[in-house]
Amino acid sequence: MKTPKELKVTPIRNGTVIDHITANKALHVLKILNLPSQDTSVTIGMNVKSTQMGAKDLVKIEGRELRSGEVDKIALIAPHATINIIRDYEIVTKGKVNLLEKISGIINCGNPNCITNTGEPVDSLFYVTSQEPLVVRCYYCERAMDQSEIEEQFGPL
Amino acid sequence: MVFSQGDIISIRDFSKDDIKYILRTAEKMEPIARSLEKSDILYGKLLGMLFYEPSTRTRLSFEAAMKRLGGCTIGFSEARTSSATKGEKLSDTVRTVGEYTDALVLRHNMEGTARLAADIVDVPVINAGDGAGQHPTQTLLDLYTMKRLLGKIRNLHVALVGDLKYGRTVHSLAYALAMFGTRMSFVSPPELKMPREIMEDLNGAGVSVHETSAIRDVLPYVDVLYVTRIQKERFPDPQEYLKIKGAYTIDKDLLKNSETIVMHPLPRLDEIATDVDSTPYGKYFQQAFYGVPVRMALLKSLIK
Ligand SMILES: Nc1ncnc2c1ncn2[C@@H]1O[C@H](COP(=O)(O)OP(=O)(O)OP(=O)(O)O)[C@@H](O)[C@H]1O
Ligand SMILES: [Mg+2]
Ligand SMILES: [Zn+2]
Repeated sequence: MKTPKELKVTPIRNGTVIDHITANKALHVLKILNLPSQDTSVTIGMNVKSTQMGAKDLVKIEGRELRSGEVDKIALIAPHATINIIRDYEIVTKGKVNLLEKISGIINCGNPNCITNTGEPVDSLFYVTSQEPLVVRCYYCERAMDQSEIEEQFGPL
Repeated sequence: MVFSQGDIISIRDFSKDDIKYILRTAEKMEPIARSLEKSDILYGKLLGMLFYEPSTRTRLSFEAAMKRLGGCTIGFSEARTSSATKGEKLSDTVRTVGEYTDALVLRHNMEGTARLAADIVDVPVINAGDGAGQHPTQTLLDLYTMKRLLGKIRNLHVALVGDLKYGRTVHSLAYALAMFGTRMSFVSPPELKMPREIMEDLNGAGVSVHETSAIRDVLPYVDVLYVTRIQKERFPDPQEYLKIKGAYTIDKDLLKNSETIVMHPLPRLDEIATDVDSTPYGKYFQQAFYGVPVRMALLKSLIK
């Protein structure tokens, strides 16, 4: 009988581990982070067993720490994600993403006839009306957007 | 009783008490609207009317309302005569006219414009229709018409008829009636049913609604038939359109022996036959008049 050889994944020296991503959403998360790119090494785990969530995805990115706008976008796709910042192989900070009640500027209204899509000097603004499944409502035109419409905004996979 | 709104943007912002306050005030305004009494409570006040899209009733009834209360109006009635043609941003125009006036009335073809304007200017902003979005003063005058003609709103049975999918007035009206716990029936071709999102809102408010595609189903028991136009553009097949249109046309014969009133936000094309106009059923012109006292009530409550 064969025994499985241990799979070696190179640890990150400096970078970010995004853990507890909703299963099968890792590619969306990469999209938000404009990855893959030439000079960044990324390890992806999809649909792996998790004691907390049953199944989860995770993404490990070498040499990059996330900006807060990026973290807010990830919250829309993966509301339970954990962001671990790694420095010199050690986790130096660990934080949960936070789905805010109000979402400003990071996504556009899906209504082409909304005043926020016309070049007026105003940021988009949405209220979260349901967390799971995610539904947001535009403060201006009052139109609702659901998870799939929001995901489309980050571009095709 | 107090009125808690500083702007009139969406009926969603209103509490039931706000609505009742406006309906009560409108009733006091009626003799002035009919020129039986005079008023100068808004003497020296100026209302800015920014109509980027044409309108007859809404614009003229606001003007009538302001002038009946002793105030004046300035503004434009189509985008062509504004600096929007030179590419000026809406927010700049609104900010400027907001400085000239004591309140603004805004109609625009894009959704969300009134909300944007209200956040920019210090004076009260009234949404007179933003694209396919909200038209709250229409909803208030619809409610006033029911209250005025039938004496109540809560214990009525109201049928919304026609294009329930795209019609903005029926969306706001359904939302407002739900606040009062009014029984509703939705009568539309299957293609133009009330959107799921609004049905969910109504269910959330604990209102159960009866949906059907036949007017005859509801005629025996409704108090109000609220009729809206079915637009040709919604149907790719012209034959299909003609068939549907025929099934949703209201005439005197259809109404015989019923006890309903017929309302319509106007303009009407042929969804209500002219033979209904002079019957006791047809109340849409009266409804249009009620736009004046309701808008007077709003102006009086907003302009300080
Ligand atoms: N230097 C590193 N390189 C690559 N991955 C790392 C590194 N350090 C930690 N990780 C990964 O980061 C994740 C979080 O690590 P941690 O040790 O905090 O696990 P945990 O106790 O299960 O955390 P949590 O309570 O968030 O589930 C794990 O998936 C771990 O494999
Ligand atoms: Mg863990
Ligand atoms: Zn919008």
